Amino acid sequence: MSWTKDEMADVVVSCFEPGSSVNLGIGMPTRVAQRIKPEQDLMIHSENGVLGVSGRPSSDEVSPTLINAGKETVQIAPGASFFDSSLSFGMIRGGHLDYCVLGGMQVDAQGNLANWMIPGKKVTGMGGAMDLVNGARELIVMLSHFSKNGECKLLRECDLPLTGKEVVDKVVTELALFQVKKGKFLLEKLAPGHKIEDLKIDEDILEDMR
Amino acid sequence: MPQSKVVADAGAALADVKDGAVIMSGGFGLCGIAENCIDELLAKNVKNLTVISNNVGNSGRGLAKLLKQKQIVKAYCSYVGGNPDLEEQMLSKQVEVELVPQGTLSERIRAAGLGIRAFYTPTGYGTLVAEGKEVKTFDRPCILEEALHADFAIIKAQKGDSYGNLWFKESARNFSPMMAMAAKVTIVEVEELVELGEIPAEDVHLPGIFVQKIFQGGNYKNDIEFLITSEEDNS
Repeated sequence: MSWTKDEMADVVVSCFEPGSSVNLGIGMPTRVAQRIKPEQDLMIHSENGVLGVSGRPSSDEVSPTLINAGKETVQIAPGASFFDSSLSFGMIRGGHLDYCVLGGMQVDAQGNLANWMIPGKKVTGMGGAMDLVNGARELIVMLSHFSKNGECKLLRECDLPLTGKEVVDKVVTELALFQVKKGKFLLEKLAPGHKIEDLKIDEDILEDMR
Repeated sequence: MPQSKVVADAGAALADVKDGAVIMSGGFGLCGIAENCIDELLAKNVKNLTVISNNVGNSGRGLAKLLKQKQIVKAYCSYVGGNPDLEEQMLSKQVEVELVPQGTLSERIRAAGLGIRAFYTPTGYGTLVAEGKEVKTFDRPCILEEALHADFAIIKAQKGDSYGNLWFKESARNFSPMMAMAAKVTIVEVEELVELGEIPAEDVHLPGIFVQKIFQGGNYKNDIEFLITSEEDNS
């Protein structure tokens, strides 16, 4: 059985040390917010200038000026703070943020990430991703293991334009959790009922650490 | 008493904006945008504008109204997702778009306001963003990014006084303080134009020295792009 998106989010959450600060990217990583438990004591950072995001507002508490990086309404917890974009990215670039979770189109064994454009087809822009990948102490990439055409997105070398070079620390897919180190995907956890062959990653860039 | 910078309305505030102007526009998505100033630019129909804005509006709202009226020829932004007008005009080359990583965009604007000509940053190293830029290795390779200036900044704040001291609400602050510092002429619209001293000095988010014109705004929509409540999340 492959992991569901919630189970993938739980795998990501299990990577966080209690009491740390976390930035969650848009797309799949937003699901992580709902799986965090209060006792983990995490400070959630949002690049648009919020530290201390805590879930959703009730319908009578909604504020148009309180949103996250995905432009969705959010709430804050006691201890939160607001600041401008330069200070927000200073927190990121300055290495003050413990974890960043981003979605991805491709990752490779060198720790390169591509997630902002497909030449000639799709350009969304990088938003804050290029700053985040270079700033956060640990970068966790969450993505589906295979493309719509069935090609593995965990590659020897990305062929899409990069978001960052040698920046990825961990990768979570519906099949497995990997550390990315020394030019290899180091397999740490495999979804139940799956074999290592199901990963479709070449042997010389894959190492079983279990 | 410090000089008053109060003008009557958006028309008076933007009277000097001409074709070809370079305009910074505060806001993250639609949060904290200068709605009255944007509507005035639309009414004036000034053309060949260069805009510097994180998102350049969204789905026909905010600055995307100016896109629809073909007023923008160049945009500096970090994200075009969720903005079909921009994506379409970018791909058909009607608008020249320079995509800038969000933290670099903010810092290039801040640098312009604070007299820093350029700075080295690791952001974008090894990517398309680094093309043609000087690389220097400190603890790791970094690229040289230059300050980004503008003729005008259009800014919205929750509160402001006659000198231009500003207070922003919640996450509506985003790019606005840096843009206010970086433009030759900074125009501010506020939900509440307050008396001098009403914003306690220690709570001023942007000192009025960076502001040239300020007016009482009105008819705010304060659009929410994605309204998600706890009731929906739990269902």
